Amino acid sequence: MTHPHSTVPNRSPNDNNARAARQEFTAFVLMTVLLCAAPLVAYPVFVMKALCFALFACAFNLLVGYVGLLSFGHAMFLGSAGYVSAHAAKVWGLPPELAILAGTASATLLGLGVGLLAIRRQGIYFSMTTLAFAQMVYFLALELPFTHGEDGIQAVPRGKFLGFFDLTNEMNLYIFVLAIFLGAFLFIRRIINSPFGEVLKAIRENERRAISLGYKVDQYKIMAFVLSAALAGLAGATKDIVFQLASLTDVHFAASGEVVLMTLLGGMGTLFGPVVGAFVIVATENYFAEVGDWVSIIQGVIFVICVLAFRKGVVGVIAEKLGWSL
Amino acid sequence: MLHLIGISSQALFGQLLIGLINGSFYALLSLGLAVIFGMLNIVNFAHGAFYMMGAFCSYFLLQYAGLNYWWALVLSPLAVGVFGMIMQRFLLQRLAALDPIYGLLLTFGLALIIQGLFRQHYGASGLPYPIPAQLTGARNLGFMILPNYRAWVILASLTICLATWYAIERTKLGAYLRAATENPTMVQAFGINVPRMITLTYGFGVALAAFAGVMAAPIYNVSPQMGAELIIVVFAVVVIGGMGSIMGSIVTGFALGIVEGLTKVFYPEASNTIVFVVMAIVLLIRPSGLFGRSA
Repeated sequence: MTHPHSTVPNRSPNDNNARAARQEFTAFVLMTVLLCAAPLVAYPVFVMKALCFALFACAFNLLVGYVGLLSFGHAMFLGSAGYVSAHAAKVWGLPPELAILAGTASATLLGLGVGLLAIRRQGIYFSMTTLAFAQMVYFLALELPFTHGEDGIQAVPRGKFLGFFDLTNEMNLYIFVLAIFLGAFLFIRRIINSPFGEVLKAIRENERRAISLGYKVDQYKIMAFVLSAALAGLAGATKDIVFQLASLTDVHFAASGEVVLMTLLGGMGTLFGPVVGAFVIVATENYFAEVGDWVSIIQGVIFVICVLAFRKGVVGVIAEKLGWSL
Repeated sequence: MLHLIGISSQALFGQLLIGLINGSFYALLSLGLAVIFGMLNIVNFAHGAFYMMGAFCSYFLLQYAGLNYWWALVLSPLAVGVFGMIMQRFLLQRLAALDPIYGLLLTFGLALIIQGLFRQHYGASGLPYPIPAQLTGARNLGFMILPNYRAWVILASLTICLATWYAIERTKLGAYLRAATENPTMVQAFGINVPRMITLTYGFGVALAAFAGVMAAPIYNVSPQMGAELIIVVFAVVVIGGMGSIMGSIVTGFALGIVEGLTKVFYPEASNTIVFVVMAIVLLIRPSGLFGRSA
């Protein structure tokens, strides 16, 4: 796969790293300012939905953009974590932080199980395997009693974060979601820039060489898969606390396709791409919601255009134009 | 003996029959996927959409041209196959040098467009398609009642599957095809037009999907989403069988249909998920698939 790299000649690696870090920091500050101002101009609920999907796409991108593994079933982590956190908050009466933790933990476990099996196949088979497992999770969600089938888990209480921060207040909720998103985003950046992340990129570029250098490639892949699943779960759990609803939509394979589209449109293997992609796709969905079937047609068209002519994505192209690392 | 465990032979053979019918579709679809994967090295996500187009095509032929099922059985795969070839020529071919993931993404996008357009025009609910007059009715086999149309579906798809296997594994054309799969540059050097062969192969795989769609039309309703969920099960079938072998996809397709049917008899709650459970087990024991060479 082609990934955008900004290599500046005649500079020492340390210089390059420092430059890249400065550029990423600038972009991060810009993003944070925009997100803090966003609820003043847009509906907070819309921005929160976009933030949850942005986190979901970032988690997905960790796998496809930095390890080269295209999972076509990431909705299983989004959806299952949503169900568990909704169940925990509503039936067990847990406070939101514990409910979200429970959801994230369940997605982590599911990620470990599926990851152990799925990484046994490579390339295109990996994608098909993850898709099939996601479909299995979908059928389980349809049939298990605690998910309430077509109805989903409704009227999930938002509760008070740590017992005093009232999440029923929309502004508080927005701060809560934004904090989770920014925290997770920085965590993902930390993973990518760590020695562990460097090995992941080495596997993406040349798996055989990584093996011959003595890296236990499978362990790295599983670790990345579990991290990605956990973060996708965090997104799903947060989303269901915000919308007070866990439903089949989030485990359906259409959601798996959407996250692929968000990442592809924003730029696979770029730090900020998935965020941009998620905001664009959620906005188009909101805009075209009344005309129903056009949403999937438009998404299909975006897919085709991105794959044929725009493989670097929005952020990939911007990064290339500026010579920045984003 | 069967009634001792609380299952009537009617129910058992009835579900086995449904399993075989589903297996026919799995086999035809996974066979098409395997043929396309062999030549183009892409997984055709639009396969479910082509299956649906095959069914719609026969519906159109009947409604607007008055051409019956038997015409549809020939004309629909041809029409959809030509459509597939045009798509391959103008879109997929541009991705030939890239990572196969892009082929998957492109065909996924095309499936979204095709299914969305059909849903836009014909709604989500199904349109009925009649069973051809020659195949209505049923015969009593003593232990079960066998509807003629269903017997025909199993026979026809088995015949097409075996004919495809014969054509690829035992004829000269098939030898060219297999050679081009192994080493396209070399085959091209021998003066064979490999790009045209790739286009025709894609068209053939698509036509197989459309053929399955025509046969499915009288059993299920003709609906825009009929291929969307099916293709995921077929992907699982492909992971179980491995795409390396033509006969492998046929056997796996039918076998999983039967396994699914039996599950409906003995443990109906798991009938939706059994194929995926089998997939998990196969991944544990034989990661490259039952008939696959290691990827």
